[in-house]
Amino acid sequence: MQFESFSEFLAMGGHAQYVWMAYGSMAAFLLAYVMVLVRKRRTVVGELKWRAAADAHEVEQ
Amino acid sequence: MFGVLALLLLSIGAIWGLAFAPPDYQQGNSYRIMFVHVPTAMVAQSVYLGMGVAGFVLFVWRMKIADVAISACLPLGIFLTALALFTGSVWGRPTWGTWWDWDGRTVSTLVLFFLYVGIFALRGAIADSDLRGRASALVAMVGTINIPIIKYSVDWWQTLHQTSSFTLTEKPAMPAEMWLPLLVMVLGLYFFAGFAVLHRMRTEVLVRERNTQWVAQLFSGERRAV
Repeated sequence: MQFESFSEFLAMGGHAQYVWMAYGSMAAFLLAYVMVLVRKRRTVVGELKWRAAADAHEVEQ
Repeated sequence: MFGVLALLLLSIGAIWGLAFAPPDYQQGNSYRIMFVHVPTAMVAQSVYLGMGVAGFVLFVWRMKIADVAISACLPLGIFLTALALFTGSVWGRPTWGTWWDWDGRTVSTLVLFFLYVGIFALRGAIADSDLRGRASALVAMVGTINIPIIKYSVDWWQTLHQTSSFTLTEKPAMPAEMWLPLLVMVLGLYFFAGFAVLHRMRTEVLVRERNTQWVAQLFSGERRAV
């Protein structure tokens, strides 16, 4: 550990805003990108399931 | 699998780089931005190269999956390049005293961003799927010329970015306590890119093949393979 205390860690030797902006933007991007991927997959799978169910219903009739 | 590895490596690398790597003797703690800036810039270029290869495959062999690959690389590349530019700007402010300058590497990375956005816009503008694929494949291929330009920009225009700290033949110009966490972050982001591209490709294939027998069978009944 390179820092004496947690507040010193947060301060980043006076460069807090730059360091945390860089790491924050990266973390936000990674999180948001995964969320979009998962949501897109869910929408597509849901739609395909719905279609398959509708097709099966049609065959029965 | 890629996703888990990415999460693991990126978490370890970030904590290592933020708290345990020693401060730089000139830049102090602001150099820690390197651990996010360098991986995003590297992977942004690699994703473009991958897209260029996919473009070649699509152009020569007309493989449909290559078009899927291009469509999966594009959004990731756009955001990674934007992130590389943004973190570079945020690092440049305390280090070079400016948010932005017309430095060789910065400008060629901006060109990379415009290439990505250009291909994205091109794909949105062409309705015919065959033409759309071939047009974007062509631009993707031609645009790969920019990747060696980014690489050698630091030697050609010695403005703000320093020349390479890593070469194949010589010892790295920084201590292991600094380049090890960097390596972990780079690997982690590569795994993330692999995960993100493959995940999007699988979704896209389902969309494109929605009218085929195998997709219909996949979702009828209780079988769950996706």
